[in-house]
Amino acid sequence: MVVNAEGIPIRTTLDNSTTVQYAGLLHQLTMKARSTVRDIDPQNDLTFLRIRSKKHEIMVAPDKEYLLIVIQNPCE
Amino acid sequence: MGRGTRKKDEDSGTEVGEGTDDWSQSKATVRPPDQLELTDAELKEEFTRILTANNPHAPQNIVRYSFKEGTYKLVGFVNQLAVHFSQIGNLVPKDSDEGRRQHYRDELAAGLGEQARTLNSLAMSCQGSQESVKLVISETENLDEDEEPKEAEAEAGSQTDVPVAEATEKATEELVTPKQPKERKLTNKFNFSERASQTFNNPLRDRECQMEPPPRTNFSATANQWEIYDAYIEELEKQEKNKEKEKTKTPVAKKTGTMATRKMTSMESQSDDITKVSQAAKIVERMVNQNTYDDVAQDFKYYEDAADEYRDQEGTLLPLWKFQNDKAKRLAVTALSWNPKYKDLFAVGHGSYDFMKQSRGMLLLYSMKNPSFPEYIFSSDSGIMCLDMHVDHPYLVVVGHYDGNVAIYNLKKPNSQPSFRSSAKSGKHTDPVWQVKWQKDDMDHNLNFFSVSSDGRIVSWTLVKSELVHTDVIKLKVEGSTTEVPEGLQLHTVGCGTAFDFHKEIDYMFLVGTEEGKIYKCSKSYSSQFLDTYDAHNMAVDAVTWNPYHTKVFMSCSSDWTVKIWDHTIKTPMFIYDLNSAVGDVAWAPYSSTVFAAVTTDGKVSALFLIPLSLHGKDRDVAQSFYPGGPTPRPGGAHVFDLAINKYEAICNQPVVAKKKNKITHVQFNPIHPIIIVGDDRGHITCLKLSPNLRKMPKDKGESRLGELGSLCLGTWGPEDLSSGQLGAGS
Repeated sequence: MVVNAEGIPIRTTLDNSTTVQYAGLLHQLTMKARSTVRDIDPQNDLTFLRIRSKKHEIMVAPDKEYLLIVIQNPCE
Repeated sequence: MGRGTRKKDEDSGTEVGEGTDDWSQSKATVRPPDQLELTDAELKEEFTRILTANNPHAPQNIVRYSFKEGTYKLVGFVNQLAVHFSQIGNLVPKDSDEGRRQHYRDELAAGLGEQARTLNSLAMSCQGSQESVKLVISETENLDEDEEPKEAEAEAGSQTDVPVAEATEKATEELVTPKQPKERKLTNKFNFSERASQTFNNPLRDRECQMEPPPRTNFSATANQWEIYDAYIEELEKQEKNKEKEKTKTPVAKKTGTMATRKMTSMESQSDDITKVSQAAKIVERMVNQNTYDDVAQDFKYYEDAADEYRDQEGTLLPLWKFQNDKAKRLAVTALSWNPKYKDLFAVGHGSYDFMKQSRGMLLLYSMKNPSFPEYIFSSDSGIMCLDMHVDHPYLVVVGHYDGNVAIYNLKKPNSQPSFRSSAKSGKHTDPVWQVKWQKDDMDHNLNFFSVSSDGRIVSWTLVKSELVHTDVIKLKVEGSTTEVPEGLQLHTVGCGTAFDFHKEIDYMFLVGTEEGKIYKCSKSYSSQFLDTYDAHNMAVDAVTWNPYHTKVFMSCSSDWTVKIWDHTIKTPMFIYDLNSAVGDVAWAPYSSTVFAAVTTDGKVSALFLIPLSLHGKDRDVAQSFYPGGPTPRPGGAHVFDLAINKYEAICNQPVVAKKKNKITHVQFNPIHPIIIVGDDRGHITCLKLSPNLRKMPKDKGESRLGELGSLCLGTWGPEDLSSGQLGAGS
């Protein structure tokens, strides 16, 4: 799933509602995480974010303008 | 205005209603005593008199030329003012000089002109009688109608002397005024009425219109430390860019032009959307792979074969990742090399060893972090036969092609073309390049490397600015094989170099393996002669390599099924191993001086170990002769030998490819991790982990590593050799 800087999904392989939900929530979380990292050290930056849950793993890689989100089921 | 009058009317109406009695009473009482008794008929007689403010003599049809409209126009408003009397006043103050003089003059003339003046004034009054009547009328304009009859009578009797006398008196008085100003106040002779008329005022009109309000937006933002930092960095970058642009305008424009076109072509194949997130995609791809190959990664890090404890010396190889790419599917792995800086990155050269099936070549760089796809892909028209990565510049890869060219690829540049490339003009080889090797920078700090080809030349290439300059270091000749041609010409048979290796410490010394099976010890400084010649193999030498710890020992392998270990000072091999199949590649282990791995074309990796015993001449013969009778390696396997443990047998002998068809071509040890990579002729690369038995370290590091091999060779080399050998101990 590719999400732009405003949190609007551009490309996705999931269904519509799930995409919108993931995009909105993860965008916020990523921005928060990034701002945390950068507040601590402005020269530093967030490279990726991995959220390991019971069911699957969510991986977020923020780029300059876009956000790449991958949801993987590691059990498969 | 109109409203006001209407109101007044109403008001007056109500007043009338209230005060009717008063009015009737007053009517009854007001009756002057000398009122005329009139008959009814007289009373009812109507006297119509309309009093207007219009001047009957005023012309009604005055036209004036209007310059604005270009025609004569009737003037609507005529001046209604009738002048009955006008006099320019010439009052002179009594006290002034002029006044006194006049006074004096008048007194003088008083006596003389008295009578004449009275006569004059009488005449004047008679003349003005008619006028005075008019004046009276104008005076009495606003009198009530009731009095009109009286007035009329007065008019009728106007010819009596009284008014005339009065008029004369007034006239005289007028004339006398300057004489006697004190006696009478100077007042107007006429009872003026004030008249006011109001012109039409232009009605006041309010005109309003509303504009569209200018657009307003609310802007609010919070700035924190890092946003400010980012802004500064951006600004700095901009400034630097501007500076650069100013500095180099024309050359940069040219370069960027060509670069842009190159980029364009390379970009075209990919969709635009994905390139924007390429960096992020790379990260995520690695994460996904980490999850997918989680078990492999765990094995790589933690798995130790427990069975090794119960086995005496033998070990196993655990397959980890498999690397392959669709683009290089049918291309053999012709070269493998670990990156000297990034220990998880290795380069793979793809080409073909089959003379009949030469096609394109590929240079791929894989990372263990991403087994599913190469980090870098470069393709070439001709097959790649060999490659080497620079130690100090790990992004520079030199490759040798089947068509005899050498090329340097720069991993930092995104385009898929080599940065530098030799050509037919610049002295390329005429036969396939079998090995290339980076050398230390020369005295001018230019990058340089060597290449060996089956055309018999060993060439040193130097990168001067942006050109590859070549120097032939040596031409291989087969010694003593000059054939006598009847005409008396001597033909030198050219030796075909297939492999070389440079001595770790002695800069000028290097070994060259040839297709004839000979190994030459050469020096960079002597181009005409070999330092030594070893009759090593019966078939082409596939690889020669110096031991990383012991400076005198080197190893060679050949298609004649054998691996031989040599002391470069002795012309006969120390050990001979027959692997029952053509040996494609050998490699010394980086962690121990006695371990090496060999791959055979039947798909096996072997590791050979030497036994730490002092070898006398007799024992060496045994070693040579014993092995062929020993256990024969199973086909389709890999061989790992530790000379320190068992010099006769492989401590591991394991098939690594699934299909029997596949031939293993190359093997490389990772410099720090206990893994090896092997490549086969189908383009697959397999990563294998060495079990604990295979990587037994010597008890003490460094010195003892060498010590073992040194002691191994004690019997033949003697103590002084050992001491010199210790210098080569790497830590």
